Amino acid sequence: MSGVEKVSVRIRVNGEAREALVEPRTLLVEFLRENLNLTGTHIGCDTTYCGACTVLLNGRTVKSCTLFAPMADGGEITTVEGLSTNGALHPVQHAFAECHGLQCGFCTPGLLLSTVHLLGKNAKPTDKQIRKAIAGNTCRCTGYQNILKAIRMAADEMGKR
Amino acid sequence: MYAYPFSYHRAKSLAEASALLRQLGEESRVLAGGQSLIPLMKMRLARPTALIDINFVPGLSDIQSHNGELRFGALARHADIEMSDAAAAIPILHDCAAGIADVQVRNQGTIAGSLAEADPSGDWGTTLLTLETSVQCTGPQGERTIKLEEFIKDAYTTVLAHDELVREIIVKKPPRSSGGAYLAFKRSAPVYATVSAAVQLTLDGKDICKEIRVVLGCVGLTAIRAKGAEGELRGKKVDGKTIQRAAEAARESAEPLSDMRGSVDYKRVLVAALVKRALGIAVRRARGERVEAGHEYVGR
Repeated sequence: MSGVEKVSVRIRVNGEAREALVEPRTLLVEFLRENLNLTGTHIGCDTTYCGACTVLLNGRTVKSCTLFAPMADGGEITTVEGLSTNGALHPVQHAFAECHGLQCGFCTPGLLLSTVHLLGKNAKPTDKQIRKAIAGNTCRCTGYQNILKAIRMAADEMGKR
Repeated sequence: MYAYPFSYHRAKSLAEASALLRQLGEESRVLAGGQSLIPLMKMRLARPTALIDINFVPGLSDIQSHNGELRFGALARHADIEMSDAAAAIPILHDCAAGIADVQVRNQGTIAGSLAEADPSGDWGTTLLTLETSVQCTGPQGERTIKLEEFIKDAYTTVLAHDELVREIIVKKPPRSSGGAYLAFKRSAPVYATVSAAVQLTLDGKDICKEIRVVLGCVGLTAIRAKGAEGELRGKKVDGKTIQRAAEAARESAEPLSDMRGSVDYKRVLVAALVKRALGIAVRRARGERVEAGHEYVGR
């Protein structure tokens, strides 16, 4: 390894201030998984396709395999670990469990955060809007019908509150 | 995969970014949204020795509308444009912004990065060449404004000097009797289009085509003006017959290559189909109708 200077990265992750000194080429997903030990965010394709690594950065979804960690310095991140409160599942997590919106679960953290992002912008999405909102998240086992059901259920449940 | 190591530099202004580019040499690169650069670096197809991050430069994300112009700051993200009311006033801009890749990429990728990369399959170059677009650049010699036609020189090549950066994209608003459409056909959301077609058409009265631009994407080294197609319509009545003739002429302007996205013949057929459909939508929009259009892929 050449003598590249490390960079200090400070990010609020799930409400907690975190900091690490990293090589600039450290991807955000590696920062989360390896420096912070938050392994709920997955690396699927590693080529900006599958969306398993989706997290919220300052309220917007990003593919954390396609950002170098220093780009998120000073920002706020929500990962799947930040969705539940005091052990109670987030309504989106609950809906995915109820509707069998997952099988192996590898793509699920990304789909959960894409859903949280969608419902934050649009509380009553149409099916077409849901499909467009999760077009950047690939599932290879359940199929998408149950995922759509889960997102519809989450929208309904969150609308009642 | 890990990218090759590089040194990281955070610019506080575009002037500082330009100075850093000069100082760090030919193998340094600007980092904006990173949605093309980072995948290339991870596949080790690109190996910059230094990155100059402009994401922390303040005031570069604005979208402003005044004096008949729209101005996009270099860091305006595709999602910012998708959600902008000012941009929605020019439907072809919304068609383009709302369908680039997927939500996550649109939240991060920038309009200026897309133009400066000059990928022949990029969406913005094709779309913006149908409008009067110029690119405001900043470098050691100061600012210069370059017409988009002159800004893009070749595949992945612009007129930008190594230490020059895009500050703003300026788009002249088309007249009220004008309508446009951008259609991109792709196999799934996150991939580049197989073929794309952009049309902007201004009507004289109800059905005479006063002015028109037809631009094809993904079928040449740069986006291609389909001048033959334009000639079939300019000054003529727009109807099923002239639209069909224009679509056929567009097919002749395309210079596609056979690749994993399709054969030469398939892409030519797609060109004609997309141009025909885009022309139909553009005419309806020029007449004031609201029509949904944009990127098309399986599952949409």
